Amino acid sequence: MTFDPKTIRQKFPILERKMNGHPLVYFDNASTTQKPLSVINAVSDYYKNHNANVHRGVHTLSQNSTDLYEGARKTVANFINADPKEIVFTSGTTEAINLVAMTFGRRNILKEDEMIISVAEHHSNLVPWQMLSALTGMTIRVIPVTDKGEFDIEAYKNLLSEKTRLVAITHMSNTLGTINPIKEIIKLAHENNTLVLIDGAQATPHINLDMQDLNADFYCFSGHKMYGPTGIGVLYGKDEILSEMIPYKGGGDMIERVTLERSDYKNSPYKFEAGTPNIAGAIGLAEAIKFLQETSLQEIQKHENELLEHATKELQKIEGIRIIGEAKNKGPVLSFTAHNPKTSASIHPYDIGTLLDKYGIAVRTGQHCTEPLMDYFKIPGTVRISFACYNTLEEIDTFIEALKKNLALLS
Amino acid sequence: MTKTINQIQDEIIKEFELFDNWEDRYEHLINLGQELPPLPKKLKTEDTLVPGCQSKVWLHISSQNATLHLQGQSDALITSGLLALILRIFNNQPPKEIQNAELYFIDRIKLAEHLSQTRANGLYSIIQRIKDYTIKC
Ligand SMILES: Cc1ncc(COP(=O)(O)O)c(C=O)c1O
Repeated sequence: MTFDPKTIRQKFPILERKMNGHPLVYFDNASTTQKPLSVINAVSDYYKNHNANVHRGVHTLSQNSTDLYEGARKTVANFINADPKEIVFTSGTTEAINLVAMTFGRRNILKEDEMIISVAEHHSNLVPWQMLSALTGMTIRVIPVTDKGEFDIEAYKNLLSEKTRLVAITHMSNTLGTINPIKEIIKLAHENNTLVLIDGAQATPHINLDMQDLNADFYCFSGHKMYGPTGIGVLYGKDEILSEMIPYKGGGDMIERVTLERSDYKNSPYKFEAGTPNIAGAIGLAEAIKFLQETSLQEIQKHENELLEHATKELQKIEGIRIIGEAKNKGPVLSFTAHNPKTSASIHPYDIGTLLDKYGIAVRTGQHCTEPLMDYFKIPGTVRISFACYNTLEEIDTFIEALKKNLALLS
Repeated sequence: MTKTINQIQDEIIKEFELFDNWEDRYEHLINLGQELPPLPKKLKTEDTLVPGCQSKVWLHISSQNATLHLQGQSDALITSGLLALILRIFNNQPPKEIQNAELYFIDRIKLAEHLSQTRANGLYSIIQRIKDYTIKC
């Protein structure tokens, strides 16, 4: 079947909504994507027909629920070409990164040690490391980006040293759209005996992943940014590394044997999943992965590239628009600022976003949880549009028309 | 005699009723924002910066002769417009009146369905900052 966004749209009930009297144009996909009916149904079917706690009951329903939950783990593992025991369910990317910081980091990134991040990291891949630094006294080194918003590989090479224990880098920037050359980043780190964590929150809905090929040590992502439910995410970690790591939260379902004095932990991934997990979320995520596979990530990427190219071309025609992030290799994220071409006074992203909303167009404005990056580019924030498989070229034209009217109103 | 808070609110509502589409209402608000006199540089400090807004908002509050004196500025035009309305309503009013004021104009000038609840526009933080000040008076 050929890829047709119009057919795909019909799978997303929310896209039928009107906003402020206009058909909803949802361009805030990098914040969270909408959910296909199959995902919504999978979650509701779980509660209607299969709900029971996992890994505990001898009764059939509990085994049923456990099968679904562990089946979801297998689906995720297949999706990224990994082993199910390397898949830890978390609440999202944020928790996955915090987990690594608080267990691996606390034991292995110590006072004299260093780690490397980039200036374009989301706060989720910055603040946990600052917290770790406050605990262990380790030092965070920061790679700049080029003027185009590309990863500065030379600066990275210069920062790698015998002190570097970990490199934590985003696969795709949520603000600039830049897709980082992570395979090369990982290779260079490994030659330096350094482990690598990749923040895959933005990449998973757009890029085919193969952990064996990438060779990342940790890879983190969120269900809700890839057509799945909120509150579920994944930490992938190489088996031999996860096995060495201690748990960071204690509770039920992670324990082999408990006495009042001590506990023996289960193997990974279970030792990291204390307490009743987000069972429905995992099942919904597995369904989202099925949606991605059936729709074909290659086709999605091709379509989204077309959207990105069209939007870039049309935006560049408008006087006073400056695109932030002009990397060669970009995902479907477009950040821009605007100024009045006559007075060169800048037009605030908040004003643009507010007026676009009046036309039913949902965009993100502000700093996108990347405040250091905004400081780096010396801008207060941007307007960001970001695309998913269900967006269309016509929607971009609607957006461009609305934007022109709004800029006139604000100039 | 200064007008009461509610008299000014009613005036503002009437003023916005003159426009029958949202583009014109926003244009009016944006004009009000553009006409707001800029805050002197020395009053733009960490202390006068109101946190919790997507745009930058500075608000300088003082009291004189048992009434409040407000000056403010924002780097976003829509926020400046909203700020201009707030200043028009609260300037030269006694702290007690401000404390008890209910700002019904916000939802009646038909800019957005739930303007008063949207934290991003900073309106909430601006009003909170002013009300907090009146408690200290
Ligand atoms: C690059 C990147 N990393 C991490 C996150 C955090 O994801 P979550 O809030 O789902 O944990 C986001 C979400 O905005 C992101 O864009």
